Amino acid sequence: NAESGDGNPVVVKNNTEVTSSLQARQQNVSLRGKVVNENGEGLPGVTVVLKGTTTGTSTDVNGNFSLSVPQTGGTLVFSYIGYTNQEVAIGNQSNFNVTLRPDTKALQEVVVVGYGTQKKSDVTGAVTAVTSDEFVKGQNTTPEQLIQGKVAGVQITSNSGAPGAGSRIRIRGGASLFASNDPLIVIDGVPIDNGGVSGVANPLSFLNPDDIASFNILKDASATAIYGSRASNGVIIITTKKGKAGEKLSVNFSTQHSYSTVTDKIDVLSGDEFRALVNETGTQTQKDLLGDASTDWQDVIYRDAYITDNTISLSGSYKSLPYRLSLGYLNQDGVLKTSNFERKSLGLSLNPSFLDDHLSVNLNFKGALTESVFANEGAIGAAIIFDPTRPVFQPDNQFGGYFQWTLNNAFNTLAPTNPLSLLKQRDDQGEANRWIGNVQIDYKFHFLPELRANLNIGTDRSDSEGRIIEAANYAPNQYGVQTISRYAQNRENDLLDFYLNYTKELTGINSRIEATAGYSFQDFFSKSPDFNFVDAEGNIIGTPVDGIPSQSHYRLKSYFGRLNYSLLDRYLLTATVRYDGSSRFSEDNRWGVFPALAFAWRISEEGFMQDVGFVSDLKLRLGYGVTGQQDIGPLFPYLARYTRADNTAQYQFGNTFYNTFRPEGYDVGIKWEETTTYNAGLDFGFLSNRITGSLDVFFKDTEDLLAEINVPAGTNLTNRLFTNVGSMETKGLEAALNFVAVSNEKLTWNIGINGTLIDQEITGLSKVEDPSFTGYDVGGISGGVGNTIQKYTLGYAPFSFFVYKQVYGADGKPVEGLYADLNGDGEITPEDKYLYKNPTANFNLGFNTQVNYGNWDLSTVVRGNFGNYMYNNVYSNLGTTQSFSFPNYLNNVSANVLETGFGTYQLFSDYYIENASFLRMDNLTLGYNFGRVLNDKVGLRLSANVQNVFVITEYNGLDPEVPSGIDYSLYPRPRVYTLGLFLNL
Amino acid sequence: VACEQDLDITPEFEVVSSKVYQDFSNYKPILAKLYAGYAVTGQQGPTGRPDIGGIDEGFSNYLRQYWQAQELTTDEAIIAWNDGNLRDLHDMDWTAGNEFLRALYDRIFYQVSLTNEFIRETTDAKLAERGITGANLEAAKNFRAEARFLRALSYWHALDLYGNVPFVTEEDQVGFFFPEQISRAELFEYVESELLAIESELVDARQNEYGRADKAAAWTLLTKLYLNAQVYTGTARYTDAVTYAKKVINAGYTLEDDYDHLFLADNNKSNEIIFPITFDGLRTTTWGGMTYLVHAPVGGSMKASDFGINGGWSGLRTTKPIVNLFDDISGNTDDRANFYTVGQSLEINDIFTFTDGYAIAKWRNVTSTGQVGSDPSGNHPDTDFPMFRLGDVYLMYAEAVLRGGSGGDMATALQYINQLRDRAYIGSANGAITSSQLNLDFILNERARELKWEGHRRTDLIRFNRFTTDNYLWPWKGGVKEGRAVAAFRTLFPLPTTDVTANPNLKQNPGY
Repeated sequence: NAESGDGNPVVVKNNTEVTSSLQARQQNVSLRGKVVNENGEGLPGVTVVLKGTTTGTSTDVNGNFSLSVPQTGGTLVFSYIGYTNQEVAIGNQSNFNVTLRPDTKALQEVVVVGYGTQKKSDVTGAVTAVTSDEFVKGQNTTPEQLIQGKVAGVQITSNSGAPGAGSRIRIRGGASLFASNDPLIVIDGVPIDNGGVSGVANPLSFLNPDDIASFNILKDASATAIYGSRASNGVIIITTKKGKAGEKLSVNFSTQHSYSTVTDKIDVLSGDEFRALVNETGTQTQKDLLGDASTDWQDVIYRDAYITDNTISLSGSYKSLPYRLSLGYLNQDGVLKTSNFERKSLGLSLNPSFLDDHLSVNLNFKGALTESVFANEGAIGAAIIFDPTRPVFQPDNQFGGYFQWTLNNAFNTLAPTNPLSLLKQRDDQGEANRWIGNVQIDYKFHFLPELRANLNIGTDRSDSEGRIIEAANYAPNQYGVQTISRYAQNRENDLLDFYLNYTKELTGINSRIEATAGYSFQDFFSKSPDFNFVDAEGNIIGTPVDGIPSQSHYRLKSYFGRLNYSLLDRYLLTATVRYDGSSRFSEDNRWGVFPALAFAWRISEEGFMQDVGFVSDLKLRLGYGVTGQQDIGPLFPYLARYTRADNTAQYQFGNTFYNTFRPEGYDVGIKWEETTTYNAGLDFGFLSNRITGSLDVFFKDTEDLLAEINVPAGTNLTNRLFTNVGSMETKGLEAALNFVAVSNEKLTWNIGINGTLIDQEITGLSKVEDPSFTGYDVGGISGGVGNTIQKYTLGYAPFSFFVYKQVYGADGKPVEGLYADLNGDGEITPEDKYLYKNPTANFNLGFNTQVNYGNWDLSTVVRGNFGNYMYNNVYSNLGTTQSFSFPNYLNNVSANVLETGFGTYQLFSDYYIENASFLRMDNLTLGYNFGRVLNDKVGLRLSANVQNVFVITEYNGLDPEVPSGIDYSLYPRPRVYTLGLFLNL
Repeated sequence: VACEQDLDITPEFEVVSSKVYQDFSNYKPILAKLYAGYAVTGQQGPTGRPDIGGIDEGFSNYLRQYWQAQELTTDEAIIAWNDGNLRDLHDMDWTAGNEFLRALYDRIFYQVSLTNEFIRETTDAKLAERGITGANLEAAKNFRAEARFLRALSYWHALDLYGNVPFVTEEDQVGFFFPEQISRAELFEYVESELLAIESELVDARQNEYGRADKAAAWTLLTKLYLNAQVYTGTARYTDAVTYAKKVINAGYTLEDDYDHLFLADNNKSNEIIFPITFDGLRTTTWGGMTYLVHAPVGGSMKASDFGINGGWSGLRTTKPIVNLFDDISGNTDDRANFYTVGQSLEINDIFTFTDGYAIAKWRNVTSTGQVGSDPSGNHPDTDFPMFRLGDVYLMYAEAVLRGGSGGDMATALQYINQLRDRAYIGSANGAITSSQLNLDFILNERARELKWEGHRRTDLIRFNRFTTDNYLWPWKGGVKEGRAVAAFRTLFPLPTTDVTANPNLKQNPGY
């Protein structure tokens, strides 16, 4: 019962084929032999192939084989699951005795867990590892895209199609309402701060995806509890590539070139349709405002864009110093004109060992200089509503030739701004210099080799700055001169970890114990100076700033321990505890204890399973744990303190303006959010691990959930305060199945499917139980300031839509303003609103497959969400005739108005809540591997890839995937066509 | 790696409360915040670091919401915007969930909390403990009295608008507890007692720095309290109203020569204004307050540059009965007929159309000499809001006398009224009325002519029993074009659902 590592077992070709191929060849020699394992026992089912051909066979039950090959000689390749391939030159031999060695890498495939690694077989928690050969292929410019759709229970949704944009990552739905739901991300042992970095859209984008060796996703509390107060939303551990001892220099070069294009536009009226509508339903004043152009403003702001992404890496070992050095260059134009993201990245890792491998040192550095041109995304919303009967340009006007709405010869400040001028006359650029580095020193004690000490010192730093320049004739610029606003930020996050690890085989009692105890300290600091708003000459415009920087600072201090106990390699127990302190809380609540316990039973190792031939692996996992959440936003929420007003919020006494001091609201008793997670899982492998997978059920109960509640009026120094009042339950089921459909010398076909069922419900919201309390309004929409469409309500999923029930006419069309009188009081009042659906999918599906045929490979990733609903805010805000009527200007409307005929806004109708279930092919890649070319000097692979291939959905808007569930002006996700070339020297 | 690994860190650019009162130089900036609470929305202008949450920051402005509650609910103002439940104010069908009424309520109690904190930290005992003596001690006592005045002002708003509200004083600590509800009449007594108690500690009338409350501010508030006492407590206090109106009138304030100048960017120079909320285009900025009051009424064919701003917001107009208060609406006769009619129709067929209803050109960001305010972007005006001014006190004096208050006389009342009318008629005596014309109806109408859009109308209409009843209708009152009566309980606003939920001691006002 060999273990398979990475699900790529070789399957033996059947004998009929071999025979037929034998018949085809006459000039053959006959070879025979025996293959044995490390104990000298015959190995059945070993594949024996003549290298570079389809000629092959497999060993019989005793490990014997015979094979007829052409006289030309060559090399035989022996392969077997769990064993290292062996190649033997045929030469003059005809009898072969081959011993295969266990592939220790496969047997001991490790999973990175917090503060150490574990053999995959020993893992007791819900952990998924994705290594580089399983990554999503193609033009992945940011790290998280590499695993999109690949892992059950992990939803990754890009925030937009903007270059360098970040993604919303949710592991098992997150665990919070008002605090962060982002998982903790640990890069080479350094937990990074998820907070935004000024001057860059995505805090992860500094990392070149090509430098990443693996993602390990820790999902349940038994796995994450070692990270204590930051673990409630799951943990993603990213490990970067490293050189290997004894390896000679290997140079890899990859270059990818992409062309991206907008696939669809929001359906608004054309110039002619709009003229017809206004002439039909508008007033004379409005008709008089019509122009005679026909402009498709969305065509005006979008473009086809080019992306190039290049990495060169050198890895190997200089004498005894393993190294890897990589340089990357990415230049990505966005489909919205002017948007651009450029990244120059440098990665270096050195991992030497000393003192007979007792002392190993790991040095990692990942740095990037990113430059972003942030196109004014207001142009997207403006392009939807800007009057299509107006031209883009109006030569010789005061606005630099861009048409703008005016009133009394001045810019009409209420009207939308010419979308192209938003892009061209406002220049917003930022650059960020970020690096993360650490030195990890691991020492195995000479006198007690079972004991290791590990010290990890790391830092995550960034310096960023940027500026926004508005042209003097840019219409919304009220100052009449070119204006410059600057920003900058400096972040310094430092880490110190130390732990001791003791591992001992207790052979007498068939046990193994591993104990870890450690200390961790992390300091997060960021500072942003205050800049004056200036003109091109540097003269201050408006109010001079007072020069006081904004600063944030917090610290985390932790003690942690873990005990793994394994009996008979079958019964595995893991206990962890973390004692966490955070500077965010008062001394009384500063420390929290986060324990976890997990048990695993490797059923397949039991004697009674040895006869169940088709089961190659079976493990039951049970886990329980408590985790916390300290990322609650404010840094000193417990502390009574005064803050100073800036120079634009002063107050005048006499002739003096005072920078006021404000006492801040505070909650002395504020503390951690706590999530208790129960998880039961089954890992399985069938048919020599040709089919592998796992099934997990989980239940998460979050208590002391922080919510910004309304404090009883007059009791605190604010009206709303973050305090621990809420609770929420999350239930889920997730399954992953990997299947090797075909595997032979010519063809392999792997299929991976994962699915997640998830259900969340708010179970507590306030300190005072009040049945009349309908919950918190959330989810601001376009259409009037301050309108919201979603609610947090007891007993419902977060972000449930709160709407009126639309009444439909006999023609199936919604009747304007007519809603169901749900409370039956005879009139339609806000009390008739009801909670209807929510934006979270009940079911997420991920599907990936890869076919290798000879040198060709074809792979795809398809993702689906089901049961998720969307508020079509484009329809609701622009789908009425009222939507075009504004004083002294016209706005375009959605084509939806032609369907509903609505005259006035019906923003809260459930007509606009649409099913946004979808199936999306994220990725399709075709590759050809030329093998070694140029006299065997260079490995060459070419690939062609399409991203965002298609979306199947009934949703009427542009894209069914908007994280908030409110669709208004999403930066469209383009379709990207990529050609890639990969060289290996 | 930081060597220091202590979790006991404090913010670098903020002052921990336990230390802030040790240094006397911090007192005035804290006092300034108590005043700024009426003007700005947070510690960063015009937006950012807001004081209160749960609503768009520009909407959360105290003056903006106070003004809307007092004006949009009446014949004086109607607004063309579709924001949330804003329309309900004019339709008079607001519910306890109305976010604008909630924001005002939250603002009122935010001021109460802030002032309580200051009063708690500036008791004689605490001042002595911190070694504050001499001139500093005197100043601190003035500050404390002003904090109590501001608390009384906000509690007056609470009792006028919401009636029966939670009651917290400096005796309560900051924390989480359920305040008791106080009745409207009891709160009246408290506000009255506070104002009387601080009279001696406040700086003499017209002797304090501009922007800060003095004795006259407290007297004016007392006058308002007494004039409305019948509504608040069921017991009339007109004699007291006369008494305190006289104190103000005798304090040396004078009417501004030109009525229009009271509402301009340099109105801080006026000797008529008793208590302002101050604004500055560069240094006291907000999207509420005067920014709202100057921008929101500008639309249609009105030229934004005439108002010293970069563009109008096409929101506020007035209704026909207000226009009809003037025989000549051109402004050529009565200066206060400041209607803008070009392209505007008198009738309001559609609330959401700015050109339906006459606009009012009153608040401007231009000085009396025609200079535009200091903000080069044209967003934020320098214009201050005259919360209390002499003209109002004259009208209150006359009304209190007419309602039977003793200590004053009709002749003086007539003289005060005619001073206002003479000014309005640009110095000519043509506006003067005779004693036979001086009656309560005249007072109500004159208040609208003189004080429209200054935040008094709802209180006035309630005092004259014309707010909810069919005694008086205006377009779109009750949500119908011709206007209709609404239930009498609407003379009080509901306590916001949010607070009724948060505080089990609260009982909702009747009808809601």
